Amino acid sequence: MVMPAGMDRSLVTKRVVEQFGEALLDAYTCKGETTLIVEKDSIVEVCRFLVGDVQFDFNFLTDIAGVDYYPRVPRFEVVYHLYSIAKKNRVRLKVNVGEGEKIPSVTPVWRGANWAEREVYDMFGILFGGHPDLRRIYMPEGWEDFPLRKDYPLRGYKDEYNPYGEERK
Amino acid sequence: MDENEEVISTREMTLHMGPQHPSTHGVLHLVLDMQGEKIVKASPDIGYLHRGTEKIAENLLFTQFVPYTDRMDYMCAMTNNLAYVQAVEKLLGLELTERGKYVRVIAAELSRMAGHLVAVGAWGLDLGAMTVLLYAFREREKILDLFEMLCGSRMTLNYLRIGGVRYDITEAFKKKCLDFVLDFPQRVDEYERLITNNRVWLKRNKGVGVITADDAISLGLTGPSLRASGVKWDIRRDEPYLVYDRFDFVTPTGENGDCFDRYMVRVREMRESAGIVEQALKGLPEGPVNVDMPEIVPPPKKDVYKDMEALIHHFKYVSHGFKVPKGEVYSSIESPKGELGYYIISDGSEKPFRVKIRAPSFVNLQSLSHLCRDAYLADVIAIVSSLDPVFGEVDK
Repeated sequence: MVMPAGMDRSLVTKRVVEQFGEALLDAYTCKGETTLIVEKDSIVEVCRFLVGDVQFDFNFLTDIAGVDYYPRVPRFEVVYHLYSIAKKNRVRLKVNVGEGEKIPSVTPVWRGANWAEREVYDMFGILFGGHPDLRRIYMPEGWEDFPLRKDYPLRGYKDEYNPYGEERK
Repeated sequence: MDENEEVISTREMTLHMGPQHPSTHGVLHLVLDMQGEKIVKASPDIGYLHRGTEKIAENLLFTQFVPYTDRMDYMCAMTNNLAYVQAVEKLLGLELTERGKYVRVIAAELSRMAGHLVAVGAWGLDLGAMTVLLYAFREREKILDLFEMLCGSRMTLNYLRIGGVRYDITEAFKKKCLDFVLDFPQRVDEYERLITNNRVWLKRNKGVGVITADDAISLGLTGPSLRASGVKWDIRRDEPYLVYDRFDFVTPTGENGDCFDRYMVRVREMRESAGIVEQALKGLPEGPVNVDMPEIVPPPKKDVYKDMEALIHHFKYVSHGFKVPKGEVYSSIESPKGELGYYIISDGSEKPFRVKIRAPSFVNLQSLSHLCRDAYLADVIAIVSSLDPVFGEVDK
């Protein structure tokens, strides 16, 4: 595939475009950090490729973060930070996810993604398909809402334990 | 039937360890499925100390969040401050002053020593070696005294600020700190004399909780726990921040990836940290510690009382904060527990849009179930201590 004009020129972007073409939606480098925005369904393949590629060797999953851009559609973004212990490089992958949509879990690539994805689920309610044990991790099991969503009030909702919370609409 | 031929049947039982157990370093709740004395499965249950730090951050000015980072890994608050302010500075595109960088290195390395002292001391206590805790806390007390000289507080320091540090270090601090770090290696020798070759210590740590390098990387282990498995990865060396590239230090690694190697890595790291502080104190350049930007660094308090301009700056700083350009950064440091990273998104306002904290204790704790497989119940205590989780950071 020919690289679209104006797209990021870093080496990793070039390789991912070669390999995945349309699945790479956008890429940019800012403050020395390369970000690739990837099609939701191909995130596992892109991760596998970046782990296995001898040139990059992104063998370490640093973290997975959720971001809520409410009221934008699609609402959420899931951000993966990858690191190569051998090459000392970092790359950031992003996936856009709508409310109630499922994205594939990267636990088959890194076992360490387990808790990170559970945390994203717990805080944002983003579902990971194929996750071995998608339970809440910080909040109690019976909790109904997802606290890090932008429409969740800072003091929570009012109930018998939380008299200072906001009234539910 | 002969007594020896009697069939002893055991059935699996579930044991809850914590969250109020003295050896779980806080509020760790472990659900242990056991077959006799052996662990079949260990599932950590966390969240008892969850305070929603990331949600709080979104509702505060960039400057106001610094004290909250102290409460993450409260055993070594300086490194927490450092990781956060460094991420904000990267977003702002700030270049620190030379002296500011050196002062930060000194603060961070003292904090690392304080953190490892608790790790080793509490570990000893958990395995029945109480003396080493008392010895380790004797030195930790001296470090806390030094912190008190630096900024007036001992545990939750709030010393590093965006653009520099709150107070410059004094000659008296320099002298006392130098005396301490020159004396410190002999004190580490004392701990080592107590436990390193102690037969009980060896029996309970050697070959216990073994993890290979590949498993450790897959599970996301970082810091001393990963280096004990033989992976030589130290962010201070591999992606140098501040002025770490100017100092002479080695990154200790282990071979077997067991509890004992994790102990040895920490002990050797303490010695290296003392060396770094000594070099930083001796090479400390003159000059200002803060960048010269009144909207980002508040003026010294004594100026606020007598200078109108300073008062205005101070008022603006406290009431409005400052705008941070739109963008996103990930910045990480080598904290005593591992890679401590902050992913900050700014929408161009005075408050962060999103702060994601990559807490090393949280990620390291995940490997607990892997480490505990086929271990004995008593080994679980050693394994938890060897990971050195701090629950302010695990539960955020």
